[in-house]
Formats: sequence, structure tokens, C-alpha cells
Amino acid sequence: MNFIQQILEALESLASNKLRASLTVLGIVIGVAAVIAMLAIGRGAQNSITSSVESIGTNVLYVFSGGRDVRNPKPLTLADARALASASAILNVAPVIQGNGEVVYSGESTNTSIIGVTPAYAPVSNLAVTEGRLISEADLTGRAAVVVIGTDVATSLFGRTQNLVGQKIRIMGQPFQIIGVLESKGGSGMGSQDNRALVPLTTAQTRLLRRPSRQQVDNISLQAINASSVDKAQQQAAEILAARHRTTGGENDFTIMNQQAILSSLQSILGVFTLFLGGIASISLLVGGIGIMNIMYVTVSERTREIGLRKAVGARKRDIMVQFLVESSVLSLIGGLVGIALAWLISVIIGQIAAANDVAITPTIQMDSVLLATVFSTAVGLFFGFYPARRAANLQPVEALRSE
Amino acid sequence: MMENSNPPPVILAEGLTKTYQMGHVIVSALCGVSLQIQPGEMVSIMGPSGSGKSTLMNILGCLDRPTEGKYVLDGKLVSNLSDDQLAAIRNLKVGFIFQSFNLLTRASALANVELPMRYAGAKNRRARARQALESVGLADRMNHRPSELSGGQQQRVAIARALINNPAILMADEPTGNLDSKSGKEIMSLLLSLNQERKTTVIIVTHDPNIAAQTQRVIRLRDGLLEEAQ
Repeated sequence: MNFIQQILEALESLASNKLRASLTVLGIVIGVAAVIAMLAIGRGAQNSITSSVESIGTNVLYVFSGGRDVRNPKPLTLADARALASASAILNVAPVIQGNGEVVYSGESTNTSIIGVTPAYAPVSNLAVTEGRLISEADLTGRAAVVVIGTDVATSLFGRTQNLVGQKIRIMGQPFQIIGVLESKGGSGMGSQDNRALVPLTTAQTRLLRRPSRQQVDNISLQAINASSVDKAQQQAAEILAARHRTTGGENDFTIMNQQAILSSLQSILGVFTLFLGGIASISLLVGGIGIMNIMYVTVSERTREIGLRKAVGARKRDIMVQFLVESSVLSLIGGLVGIALAWLISVIIGQIAAANDVAITPTIQMDSVLLATVFSTAVGLFFGFYPARRAANLQPVEALRSE
Repeated sequence: MMENSNPPPVILAEGLTKTYQMGHVIVSALCGVSLQIQPGEMVSIMGPSGSGKSTLMNILGCLDRPTEGKYVLDGKLVSNLSDDQLAAIRNLKVGFIFQSFNLLTRASALANVELPMRYAGAKNRRARARQALESVGLADRMNHRPSELSGGQQQRVAIARALINNPAILMADEPTGNLDSKSGKEIMSLLLSLNQERKTTVIIVTHDPNIAAQTQRVIRLRDGLLEEAQ
């Protein structure tokens, strides 16, 4: 029998028992779809977080107080910030104090990240306003009760993002006037860039986020003069701070991270997350595989009599095995294709749900997961279609015919 | 029919034995059967149940292998052939008719008749299958499935299937056993006419003396041994 006839006959034989065939296919579909969709979601989350980290700013370094194995680190201060500004590779220095607090406007309230900033914060963080203005030097010296809000805050409080300049809101109980609305960064779920309120650093220190000393800041963002001087800026900053904190030669009591390091540490966390999803998916694949095994095994055992009959009228061992191999291949192929389609559908739906919840995860289907899932389930389908068929094909026809 | 003084026998069996292992007990179904059947003969094999007649039939039809003994079918020593060679013999030299028909339940009559030709790689299968079904009187039932056919009709499909590759011998294991007497008679007359008109060698296993009486020769088995050969 030639190949096309084999396939036609396999299709005929499958069509003659649709329920059995569709149950088998279902097992494969679930296994394949689960793996592909889960890995796609994991990859989508990774992409979304990576891009939101990248949107924070460019050529940026972050300085934190504290270091590995250092007890009682000295806090970072405004004087540190001023000293850093003198470094040749550093363009902007933005000391920051930061906390969470409630923002209220006529009964509406929301929790947001309150950031005390200097004017340098805007260029470092790559910020712009859609209306009004940013925090100015005058606001800083005057400890003005003014605030620039992100679009998420605007939406929560006012239900709009326009015509808000001049409105009075309360931050942690204190009255503040809105002077500007930040341009949206296209927020991601974790620590949205649009859910924040910027106030003058001095105002924050005195009225909102008290620190032990007026000089103390939580961290300092630095912007290097260009991409190629990021490493140099990091080195200069380290030298300056080491000298100021008198830690030269010893362990630094501060940590400088660059965006790349943050990205890569985030990515390693997300890698674990994706691996976790992949683990769950592998279990689904395994369960699907066992389903395929069962149904294939039962199917072939059921058909021992048919095998005996075919042998009685002249089928060779090879004919029987080819028949079952073709049948299981067709099932696996259909199952695999439907599984891939279903995975795509799940990804789109998850993407829509995420978008509806303001979480910009776009599940990304990857070729390697498609291959992995399809190859695995096909292999299981083929093996467990083939192995019992081979056993039955090895029986003498009279023994196979006797089975009921 | 047997005027020719010395035609080579289509079946030549010498000392066929078959033993089964049932748990710890070894059961002998055949204990050394020797027989010859000439081309064009119509022979019946009779015996009470357990006498080994079905076992003999299965071995003669190459559905099973003898434990010991020599078996020459149509001039070919088959007791030493491989499984695949036996499959080819079953396909081309032997047509089998079973008591329980053994049709593919989910395939049409036509597809069932075509089956042996598929394994033979024959051409014009559809046309030949049609012809075969017409010759057994099922011209109007070709696309029916076995479940839509009566027992007699199913057995005709089985006969058409058995004959489709022009085998040297036709073996029928209780071909009328599952049929009412009218269908049984029709099937018997079909087998008789095949034997007379096409000179097909026919071997029928039966325990029905009426059927045995219609054949030229009766081989009787008892306890795995030939009782008499007339």
C-alpha cells in the first residue's frame, strides 16, 4: 500500500470512531496548549518588566546606602549629592526621598508612591509633563506645597488627566497644589511608573517623609554624560563616596547599581518565575502524555481482533505497524496543531485580560516551547500507539482473532 | 474430478501436531495428523468439539503454526516460513471463511472485500470487489456496513473477500454455524457451485452431518487423531 492510501485509510479508520479519536486528540491538545501558553505568559511578563525598567531612564546609576557585610552604614546625604555633581562623567545628580502615602481629593483617595525630588530628577528619570510644569529650584528653596502627579494618580482622584493644574489635594493629610501632570510612561503592573506624586525634596523632608536628619536622602540617581561613560561615572561616584564615607580600602557602605545590573537581577527573578510556570506546564504535559498513553493502549488492545483479521487476510507485520503508526501520527499531528492554536487563543485572551487590568503583559509564543510541547506529545502518542500495535502484530492471527 | 492419475496434492500434511501450554498442563490438540487433498476437491472435516478440527483448519489455513510436522501447501513447504511469508500465503493462496464472519464492522462491504487486495497491492480493486460482490448476489448491498446486513449476507461478503485474490483453497470454519437453516443452505450451495464451476478446492469444518454429506470426502477427527479417511 502506498503512503497516501495509508493516510487515507488511517483517516477513515479514525473517522469511524470519532469519540475515541477526539478523546485522544484532546489529551494531546491540553498538554501542548498548556505548555506553550504558560511559557508564552512567562515570556510576556519578562518582556513587559524589562521594557518598563528600560523606560525609567537612560545611562542611569542608582546609589543606595548600605553594602554587603557592612554594619551601621552611613546614610547618603545632600552633601554626598553635591560632591557627586562635581564628577566629570556625571551629568545630573538627583537625590531622592521616597515613601508611600495616601493622596486625597474630595472623598477620592489612592495610595501612591510619594517622591521628594530636586529639579535634576526629571532629566535623570526621563520625565516630562503633559500640562503645567515640573518641580523647580524655587519650589525647592521655598519648600513649596506643590505636587506633580502621575496619570494613574490623576485618574484615581479626578477620573481625568487634564485640566488639573491648580487643584488642591491632600497628601498624607497636608494640602498640596497640583502644578503639573506627568506624561504617561505606559505603566506596568509592578510599581507602575505612572502611580507617583513628585514633591520638592525639601517639602518632603519637612512635612511628609521625615528622616533622622534633614540632610539625609534615601538614594541618589545619577545620570552619566553619555552611554559610554556609565562605567566611568560609576567608578568616579564610588571613589567620591568612598572618600566621603572614609571607607577607602575597606568595604563600601553604599551600593551603586546601574540599570543593566537591575535589569539582569530582575531578569533572573523572572527566569525563576518562567521556570515555575514551565514546571506547572510540564506537569500538564506529563498528565496529557499519560492520557495519550492510556487511550492509545486501550485502543490498540481493543483492536487486537481487528489486527488478527487483517493478518488473516494477508496483512504483514509491517502493514499493521504502519497502519497504527500512521493513525497515531495523524492524531498527534491534529492534536499538536489544535494545541498550538489553542495556546495562541489563550495567549490572546490573557493579553486582553491583562490589558483590561492595566497590566501590559503581551504573552509571546516562542518557537522553542512550541517545538518542545509538540515533539514531546507526538513522541508519546507515537510510542504508545506503536508499541502495543507491535505486540498485537506479533501474535499469530488465530490468537489475535480469539481475543474479544 | 480425480481422473488424472497423479496430480500434485494442493495440501500435503505429514505428522502435524499441536500442543498448548495451559498453565502447568500441556494439552495436545493434534497428535500427528497426515492427510492429502487434491486440487478441486471439496472436503469436510468433522469431529466432536475438542477433537482438534478447528486447530487443524487453522494450521492448514496458515493462521497458526504446527508444533511439529511437515505441511506443504500448493507445492510450497510452509511449516518453516517466516511470519511475513505466511502472511503472503494467507493473502494469495488461502481464502478463509469464519463462523463469526470476521468482517471489519466499521467498513462497507466493498471495503471489506477490498482488504486482501490492498495487502496484495492489486490494481482495479474497487471494480474487482464490485464484481466479487455481484457474483455472490450482493450487487445492491455494496455500500452497506456489516451491521446493516443479515448473517447470510455477511457470510457472502466474507466469501467474496475470501475469493478475491483467487486462492488455491477456500477454508470454511463452520460457515453455516451462525446462520438460520435457509441462509445456511444458500451459503452451502454457493460453496458447492464455486467448487463445481470454478474448481476451487474447498475445505469445510463442520459438525453438521448434512453439510458433510454434500462434500465428496469426509475427514473425521477424534482426540487429535484422524479416525478415518474416506
